[in-house]
Amino acid sequence: MNFARRTFIKGAGAAGTVAVAVAAGLIKPTEVLASEWNKAAFEAKGVADALKAIGVASAADSKDIQIKAPDIAENGAVVPVEVTSNIAGTEAIALLVEKNATPLVADFALSNGAVGYVSTRIKMGQTSNVRVVVKAGGKYYAAVKEVKVTIGGCGG
Amino acid sequence: MAEPMRIRATMAGDVADIKVLMNHPMETGQRKDAKTGQLIPAHFIQTVKAEVNGKTVLDAQWSVAISRNPFLGFKVKGAKAGDKVTVSWTDNKGDKNSAEATVA
Repeated sequence: MNFARRTFIKGAGAAGTVAVAVAAGLIKPTEVLASEWNKAAFEAKGVADALKAIGVASAADSKDIQIKAPDIAENGAVVPVEVTSNIAGTEAIALLVEKNATPLVADFALSNGAVGYVSTRIKMGQTSNVRVVVKAGGKYYAAVKEVKVTIGGCGG
Repeated sequence: MAEPMRIRATMAGDVADIKVLMNHPMETGQRKDAKTGQLIPAHFIQTVKAEVNGKTVLDAQWSVAISRNPFLGFKVKGAKAGDKVTVSWTDNKGDKNSAEATVA
């Protein structure tokens, strides 16, 4: 029963007792979702599979998403990444490193006034594109930035 | 895992700028112990939830690719000085931690 949490909402009819409990107001949706770690998405080996597992079918490239990350990261274990989405109604931000063994790094759901911005530090195995997928108004938007990872101090 | 978590929340215009520093090893499950040659089991934060005055503002799911001792920054519109910020996480071993701060 590894429902991706967004498809989980869409396909609530199939989710049986949990959906009934949500509908009846017994459990707040947020409480159910908070405990639902998306194993399928985080263990997916490819970008396409990971995106599918979080419910993204297609995403349009958008210039309204800014990814602030170093062009060259000397230490792949700690790469600071800052994402700003200027798309109105941004409700979720997913962060992927295309060449990591499991590309999906994080999926942030924003609500109650949280603006389209997250900042964190991630691990990168090698030079790769960092891909951001933003959900706004039921649609998906994407942006990409390449980060070169230097291993061994020089070159890369 | 009673290691402390640090939260700093400050107003920047009409937006609360919240920064969180957690203490966690974030083991990927791919690293080997230098002495025994055994794989160190994965140990990482899976879910993070942030609330302002009891309302969820951020609900995140993480993989092993978040760096050790994770940093998280986010911004909340409509929050004001004196609001209570609560951040809690759960890791793959079921450990939990949470901390509170007041928006300054």
